[in-house]
Amino acid sequence: MGLASTTKVVAAETPARSVPAKPQTAGDYNPPQEAQPLVNSGKVGGDFMVDCLKSLNIDYVASTPGSTFRGLQESIINYGMNSKPEFITTIHEEASVAMAHGYAKIAGKPMATMVHGVVGLQHSSMAIYNCFCDQAPAIVMAGNVGNGTQRRPGVEWAHSAHDQGIIVRDYVKWDDQANNLQDFAEGLVRAYDLATTTPMGPVMVVIDADQQEEVIEPGRKLFIPKLHQRTQPVADPGALAEAARLLVAAENPVIVSGRYTRTENGPKHLVQLAEALQAPVVDERNRMNMPSRHPLNHTERGGAMMRQADVVLALEPMDLYGTLNNVDDLIGRPSKPKIQPGTKVIVIGTTDLNIKPNMGEYERYQAADIGIAGDAENSLPWLIQAIEKEMTPARKSVAMARGQKLKAAGAKFLQAADTQAAMGWDASPISTARISAEVWNQIRNEDWTMASEVNFLSNWPYRLWSMEKHYHSMGGSTGGGVGYNAPAALGAALANKEHGRITVALNGDGDLMMSPGVLWTAAHHRIPILYIVHNNRAWHQEYMHVQRMAERNQRGIDRAWIGTTIRDPYLDFATLAKSMGVYSQGPIDHPADVGPAIQRAIAVVKRGEPALIDIVSQPR
Amino acid sequence: MITRVLSYTAVGLLISAIASSVAFAQDTPRGNAADGKKLFETIGCFECHGYAGQGGGAGPKLIDPPAYPAFIVQLRTPRNVMPPFTAKVLTDQQAADIYAYISTFPEPPDPKTIPLLQN
Ligand code: HEC
Repeated sequence: MGLASTTKVVAAETPARSVPAKPQTAGDYNPPQEAQPLVNSGKVGGDFMVDCLKSLNIDYVASTPGSTFRGLQESIINYGMNSKPEFITTIHEEASVAMAHGYAKIAGKPMATMVHGVVGLQHSSMAIYNCFCDQAPAIVMAGNVGNGTQRRPGVEWAHSAHDQGIIVRDYVKWDDQANNLQDFAEGLVRAYDLATTTPMGPVMVVIDADQQEEVIEPGRKLFIPKLHQRTQPVADPGALAEAARLLVAAENPVIVSGRYTRTENGPKHLVQLAEALQAPVVDERNRMNMPSRHPLNHTERGGAMMRQADVVLALEPMDLYGTLNNVDDLIGRPSKPKIQPGTKVIVIGTTDLNIKPNMGEYERYQAADIGIAGDAENSLPWLIQAIEKEMTPARKSVAMARGQKLKAAGAKFLQAADTQAAMGWDASPISTARISAEVWNQIRNEDWTMASEVNFLSNWPYRLWSMEKHYHSMGGSTGGGVGYNAPAALGAALANKEHGRITVALNGDGDLMMSPGVLWTAAHHRIPILYIVHNNRAWHQEYMHVQRMAERNQRGIDRAWIGTTIRDPYLDFATLAKSMGVYSQGPIDHPADVGPAIQRAIAVVKRGEPALIDIVSQPR
Repeated sequence: MITRVLSYTAVGLLISAIASSVAFAQDTPRGNAADGKKLFETIGCFECHGYAGQGGGAGPKLIDPPAYPAFIVQLRTPRNVMPPFTAKVLTDQQAADIYAYISTFPEPPDPKTIPLLQN
């Protein structure tokens, strides 16, 4: 049948208009031909979506409201009674997902976020990318009005897409745009399954407005699939045996840990492995891997350890090329290996099993002598067993002698750190060593998490604090999208809430300004967290980069501050925090004031509230 | 050809050896610490070495700096990743001013006297 005849038939069946062509009153607009229902009774699609979230044990949904998910939002608060999941109100979608990022690393399970169709998803995309780079699970649900004929003119069109996944497909593990509620249930459970199987990562599912708002007729058969209870992939036993042979026979084996720890077993098993081999661990600190004061933690002299290694075992390295090579930021980018020629390299991990073609977060290709695909944390007990089997009394005594030497060298790290921390101890701006020591002094007898990436504080917390438990630190954004720290730390604090743990964020000024609204979220939801603003009044990394270019090009070296500093006016974080209902102090620029300020702030945090201290600090 | 290149290098080495010994003989060139402070805080030194010369993740400490000859060599031709400050952008006098300033950085307190550093 041709198009013309179809049109004709439809036209013939269309009843004649019963109203004047020009509406006379509001009531003349599209008068209902039959009574339209004005209200629903019974269950709606959003309720079923809440059932799906509950079946996955999702405790929180972080979200900035948006009309494309109004149905599900209403179901969360009225059908689910805002409990498991609870709606966490954020002020930017990037913060929603960054919170989920930090939450997952401490809770050991994902939370969900809802983002507005198209616009909210694009706001959140940076944080999704950080999750992807850091292999952290997050469930992102994006609203959409899928059916064009149901959209109201205007923004509802701008907030809908045929294929929302394409916005983030380069950096999610999977995405889904369900056609009906049953499809949604299966998609969500699959998304959760994929997100939490290593290599973990964010997933995005579209929540269609019609599906959220439709009435579920009694008798309609909908079911929620049971979550596939998967184990994480474990390494091949033959390959582990071969690795064990190499490691036991090595004179100077070195263990490098990257994004290794997932659970409390992480640090425990890494210590067992290091002790079985009496081998030093060089911790790349992408997770809380090796207890910071263990005598075999030789991160402080990682370069020397790598130079003398004859076998390197890398556990979930984020960037194996970078683990094994230096590339200097000089003209020509000269590179040199960190290891000697002939050093054998063993890698256990899942890191490069989920790479996407576009973004280069997968890093430069680097071969290993034994590459073992498998989740390192889950594989470690089997490697330890293989090492114990391989160990002879002779090799054991070699290992013990090596261990003694390492222990003696390791004993000096703390002393060296203290000596260096004393430099600039009374300086103003306040040194990052002093800030770190002052915080440590007040949390050392508490249960705590240090939730920030602290390379911009010269890694002082790793050097001065005793970190042991798997939640004592959690690595960084990995994607390097600034604006991660403040919300990710808040996500960690949300996960810590039920444990009564103190969460400390040593937060950069530039980072906090990307998502200052997290302070309001912290206050509104009474999330206990201590923000210490490392306020060096610059995007200091960039300041150094522009300085380097200026020196290189020899055309003036005193203007690198332009566009890299945050001065004139200075930011006043204490006032900013106060404006959002957060207890605050600062700016503090006398080192002697730091300790008492932290003491006061910790008292607030212990009451279950957030606090912020603005410290005018040294650059690094 | 090769010999000539080598001999140029040898002459170069000789000159720099003389230059160092002259600097050494005259001791450190006279610099103005106040001018040095201004330079230190505007042309980048503080970015990597800290306002107090305490050092950190981006550069070593400058408290107790190396002797002036080693200092000027490091400034003009850094041994690793520090950006070079050539004579075109930083005169010898300015380098001397900076040196005078960093020489005023006080000795740090003994960590044993700092209660927070008794780990
Ligand atoms: C971008 C960072 C950066 C900047 C800017 C910088 N330095 Fe350095 N500096 C370093 C690094 C890194 C080293 C270690 C050696 C190397 O990499 O060349 C160093 C080494 C030194 C040393 C040798 C210290 C020792 O104990 O051997 C001196 C002296 C020095 N810098 C002085 C200066 C002065 C003076 C300035 C400003 C005119 C300056 N630096 C600017 C990064 C920097």
